[in-house]
Amino acid sequence: MGLKDAQKGPVMPAIHLVKLEKLFDWGRKNSIWPLPWALACCGIEMMATYASRFDLDRFGILGGFPSPRQCDAIVIAGTVTKKIVPVIKRLYQQMPEPKYIIAMGNCANSGGIFYYDSYNVVKGVDTVIPVDVYIPGCPPRPEALVEGFLKLQEKILGESAAEK
Amino acid sequence: MNERAICVRIEDLKLTLEHLHSEGYNYFSFVTAVDYPDHFLLVYGLVNTGKHEITFIETPLSKDKPVAPSSTGIWKGADWHEREVYDLFGITFEGHPDMRRMFLPEEFEGHPLRKDFQSDEVEKKPEDFY
Repeated sequence: MGLKDAQKGPVMPAIHLVKLEKLFDWGRKNSIWPLPWALACCGIEMMATYASRFDLDRFGILGGFPSPRQCDAIVIAGTVTKKIVPVIKRLYQQMPEPKYIIAMGNCANSGGIFYYDSYNVVKGVDTVIPVDVYIPGCPPRPEALVEGFLKLQEKILGESAAEK
Repeated sequence: MNERAICVRIEDLKLTLEHLHSEGYNYFSFVTAVDYPDHFLLVYGLVNTGKHEITFIETPLSKDKPVAPSSTGIWKGADWHEREVYDLFGITFEGHPDMRRMFLPEEFEGHPLRKDFQSDEVEKKPEDFY
């Protein structure tokens, strides 16, 4: 059916009835602006995910924001050492609510290979700030990071910003 | 690249470094340390980029007084190398302009690359208990 045929037929306006709250959540879901936090090799995978081959822009996720005040998510990509903990805390507190954390890679999840016999690696970034999505892998492939963002979008859609 | 290693006493270290610098050793590659049971060994790597020579200098240090002369006055690039050795081994460099920790937080206690370093926060491997 071509365009001309469609114009001849009866015009049916497409109407979706949703709560305004849900529409708001849908908008939030599709415009996540994460603060990139590349601490180790996971950061390289994160850059690859932002780049053209995997292209996080398709999901409304923009990269490269220098200020936490404009962001609503953090991707902790890499090994969290004790020296960076105060900085993570401070920038987390500067972010406006609602905010979400993605812990990318084994180091950010639990300490990873630095769990044992290490004097300066934090055993998981969830000991410092609350984490919403954990992505395992050393480092995770870009597909895994995309999957993590999709999980975060599911979570944002399933909860209300007013409640959070 | 020609390599050679010389071992000097701590009293002669400063003079040796100055002499090598005047001989054309214009690149301070690294300084590191080794923790032996009865002494520290300070190891310098110096490069003569003109003649393609590298010279390693080894200096034993006593555990009671781990102090060495700073070479920041000769090579400016020695600054952070010496801070790193101070951070991880606790060897202080006299004459260094800014002798602070390099990688660890300021409030960190102890020097972790020493063999006798102990900390409650370090998780032991399961096989270490058997």
